[in-house]
Formats: sequence, C-alpha cells, structure tokens
Amino acid sequence: MMELVCPAGTPAALRAAVDAGAHTVYCGFANETNARNFPGLNFSAQELAEGVAYAAARGARVLVAINTFPRAGDQAIWHRAVAEARAAGAHAVILADLGLIAHAAEAHPDLRLHLSVQAAANPDAINFYAETFGIRRVVLPRVLTVEEITAINREIDVETEVFVFGGLCVMAEGRCSLSSYATGLSPNMNGVCSPASHVVYGEVGGQNEARLGGFLIHRRPKGAPAPYPTLCKGCFTAPATATGAAQTGHLFEDPVSLDATELIPRLRRAGVTALKIEGRQRSRAYVAQVVRAFRAAVEAVEAGAPLPSGLLAKLTEGQAATTGAYAKTWR
Amino acid sequence: MDLTIGPIAFFWSAETVRAFYRTLAASPARRVVIGEWVCSKRLPFWQQEIPGAVECLQAAGKEVALSTLTLITLRRERRQTEELFATGLPVEIADLGALKHLPEGMPFQVGPLVNVYNEGTLEWLARKGATRICLPPELPLASVATLAAAGAAAGLAVEVWGHGRAPLAISGRCYHARLHDRAKDSCQFVCGEDPDGRDVETLEGVPFLTVNGVQTLGHSHTTAAGQIDALREAGVSSLRLSPQIGDFAGLVRFYDRIAQGGTPRAQALAGLRRLMPQASLADGFLAGAPGASLAD
Repeated sequence: MMELVCPAGTPAALRAAVDAGAHTVYCGFANETNARNFPGLNFSAQELAEGVAYAAARGARVLVAINTFPRAGDQAIWHRAVAEARAAGAHAVILADLGLIAHAAEAHPDLRLHLSVQAAANPDAINFYAETFGIRRVVLPRVLTVEEITAINREIDVETEVFVFGGLCVMAEGRCSLSSYATGLSPNMNGVCSPASHVVYGEVGGQNEARLGGFLIHRRPKGAPAPYPTLCKGCFTAPATATGAAQTGHLFEDPVSLDATELIPRLRRAGVTALKIEGRQRSRAYVAQVVRAFRAAVEAVEAGAPLPSGLLAKLTEGQAATTGAYAKTWR
Repeated sequence: MDLTIGPIAFFWSAETVRAFYRTLAASPARRVVIGEWVCSKRLPFWQQEIPGAVECLQAAGKEVALSTLTLITLRRERRQTEELFATGLPVEIADLGALKHLPEGMPFQVGPLVNVYNEGTLEWLARKGATRICLPPELPLASVATLAAAGAAAGLAVEVWGHGRAPLAISGRCYHARLHDRAKDSCQFVCGEDPDGRDVETLEGVPFLTVNGVQTLGHSHTTAAGQIDALREAGVSSLRLSPQIGDFAGLVRFYDRIAQGGTPRAQALAGLRRLMPQASLADGFLAGAPGASLAD
C-alpha cells in the first residue's frame, strides 16, 4: 500500500492522525528549525518522544522536519534539533540544507535522512545527495508533472514522496524569497511564508483589503470570501506594454489548494512510495478527516477499486482545488 | 572589492548580447559570468554568441565563467550542464544538482541562487572545490560577515549581490507566458518582448515585482551601494552586478568608483539615482529588513 505521510502541528494532532490511519506522521520542533514555525505550534523534545511512543505502539512512524536553512553563526541550534530527533526515536529527519545534511550524515551515520521539498531537488540533485550522503527518500518539489515523476523514479534509487493535498507552492520551494522581499521573513531563514505578523486587514470604500508588509495583496467586496494574503496567490496588475495587453488578476496562482486525489493511481504507477498531506498548521479535527479520507483512497487504489468520490470537497473550505503542476497544462 | 558581472537574466536578442559583452570588455569589471540562467528554451537563440563573447572578454583580461541554469530539470538541461564542465572554462553552478556532473577534483564557483546560508554549507562546498561563492541576496549583513570570515578561513572568495533586480523565485510555470494567456510549452518566447522583464503592480498601482519568464524578480533595483564600507570591513571581495537594459557600462563605472570605499551612503545612493532617475532602489535585505525597502 502507498504510505500515507500526515502532518501534526501538535501532540493532539499526532494522536488524531495515527488514530485515523496515518502510516507516518511528520512534525517539527517549536523553533525556527522547521518551515512551519508558527506561534502555538510544534513539539518539545519531550512531546516528540511521547509522540513517537504513541505512534510506535500503533504501528506508525514519526518523521521530524528540520527543514529551514541554519543561520550563519547559529548552526548549533539546528545540530541540536537533529540530535534530539534521533534521541526521541524519530524514524527519519527531513532536511533541506546541504551543510546540515553533511553534518547529520557524519554525526549520526545510523540516522535515516529524507530530503525535504525545501531542497527543491531535481534528478541530478537527488542522485548527488544519495551518492554523497546516503539520502533514503526525497520529497519531490510541487513543480513536477506525473510524467517527470515517472522518469525520475526510473533514474534514482531513493524513495519518492509527493504532496497530494493542502497548500500549494507554485515556486520552486526552498528557493523563494518573495516573502522576505515584502516582510523581511522567509521560509528559508525563518520558517514562515507571508507571516500573519505582517498581515493587516482593512476596509476601504466598502471593500475588504488584505496587505502583506504594506503591499496590497487582495481587495474583495465586503461579504465575499477573503483568502489569506499569501503573496504568490495575490491579485496584481501587469500594466500594458507595447506588445502585451494589461492583465489584472491572480497573475501567479489563484488562491487554490492542491488536491491530487484523482492522480493517486497514476502516482502509484509512477513509482511513488509515499503520499504527503500538507498542513501542520491545521486543527486536529481537520487532520483526522483528511487522513481518514486518504487512507480509504490508498486502500481502494491498492485493491484496484475506484476511488471514493467527493471525500474531501468539504475540506477545501470553499476554495478551488487544483492538481497543480502534476498536470502539464498547469504550466 | 572588485566587480563580477552576473549572467544575463533576461531574454535578449543575439545582437543585443553581442553588443553588451563587447561593451563590457572595455569596462572595469574584473570577471564575467555568462550563460542561460533562467530558461533553457531561450538558449538556441543566443548560444552562438557565447564563444565570441568569452574570447573578447578574455582578450580584455577578464576572468570568465559559464553559468548553469537555475532549475535543471529536463534531460536536455542536464546534458547541457554536463557539457559546461567539459568546456575547460570555470563553471558557476546555479543549482546544486550540477554537482552531480562535476568532474572529480575540478574547482567550481557558486552563484547566488544556491542556498549558502551558513558556514557548514560553505565549508562543505569549499572542500568539494568551490573557489568563489556569491551569497543569496536575502542574507542580512550579520550572516554575510560570518560567511565572509568562514570563506577567508576556507580559502574561497565571497561575493554579494551588488546591483540589480533581485531574483526572488523560480518556477516550473512560466508567468510571462501566462500573462499572454499561454502555457510554457506554447510561450512563443514572449519574454523576449520585455528585455528588462514585465512589471507587476499591486491593485493600487504600487510597483512590486517583475516577471521574467519562469523567474520572478523584485521590481526595485536591489543595491549594495549604501553598505560598501560595511561589506569591505566584513571581508567581502566582490560585488555582483546583474545585467540590465540602459547604460549598464555607466553603472559598472559607478560601482567601480564606490567599491573602493569611502563614499558616504547618501552620496552613493544619490549618485545611483542620477544614473537611473526612473528606478526605485532597495537595500532592505542587507539591513535585515523587508527586501523591497530602502533604509533611508
């Protein structure tokens, strides 16, 4: 059966995910070492050890994401996180930074290493990391088509894990400074993208506005659904040029989320080992619902049965969903 | 500090490229990095200019390196990367995947879009054979100083983003084609119509970003002109200038003057404004502030 890798932002969400049928749960420490460094979220070393024990007792495994890029002069914080994850009994750590991967491979040769989506690894990079550091699994960037994933799996010897549900990055992950350009805080350095601390909502002329770092990201009529002002999903204008007409709209991406449920059979044929659900910032109830739905889906695919339909419609919160880059037309 | 000219980010015609490098040969730049940095679909239109440009720049005493693509995905792109290492010229990697093709023991350089955020990464690359590293534009001065010291200890040169629209993101999707209601595969090379990229504004008309094919840049010109003395003190050895349309030769001369240090911040920025009266300037990244801001 395809492995289901599920998010947990809190110990309660971890237990909910395991109870709902997650094969694997991923989480992070409550500091800047992980890319969901949000207030009130994530684990202490003690909570992680308890979570690993809870999961192990039910046949599930825990991965620890240490997937920001260590700050110059402060690498010890990240090195400590790797050591604590290993001590807590984590099945693997998910890393993005070359130097941190080199450190983990050297200091903890028995620790299983996964390459984070934040490493934005293409086939050459995957092979480089596998040959140099013994990386065992790679989380593929959300910019690849199913055909490319198939080709990659033919060329590499490490397992692949792909995102199937939740937030959608439209830029190569781990290589994006849009957020720090507007706010000073970035996923790579601070573990946050378009952080709530820099969002200001306002009302002007009967319209709701959302700003990020002072830049207007959305303006919607009052009462219309107002998406969170994530920079790359904002509404902008490209003024007319000599050869191009003016365009106003979601020039990079609509405020959509990823739902690749229908592609699970093709991803399985493509040789993908594990399906990943985004959302460590989500509630325990949400996690349980999504995990249950996806567990039913992977079981159906395994049995050769049709996919259960409409399982997740409620969960996209009225937002449009997309199969993203997996379909070539997205580009 | 000396000057390094980065690869051309935009899709310029072969004639424009030829004229650009001819002019650069007569400029005070110390070294030039050449290659298609953004989209491999553009390369066939101008790659025939590369040997001549290399020859002309080397004849003028410049160090020349070839750059890989920022996002190496397709088989053809990977083959091209392999071929770069076989040219005998120094190669600047823009994607860590390029290391897969690095011949054992061959020195290489590292461009600003490889994630070098800390000493661990820098030292690993130095051991692998890196001789120069241009740091990512979003790094604050404190990190730059730590990394410049680590670079000195490891025997490699550390460079920072000196001038140009900062490259902020790269995608599998082409936003330039999307602005013309086309997909990447049927782009008809529309990015070539905007040789300095296409402006993106907020809904209230504030210039914000610049679209350049699959790459997204800041709209403001990110400049280190106001922090030259701090960068020199930190041990940074070179400023990277990113090619743009207009009087680029004038910009190179300007940076050559101020790179020697001693120009007060306000005076440096005023000088830059005289050269580019229409452009907005930004230097927030080095200050640890929003990258679009200018600490003034």
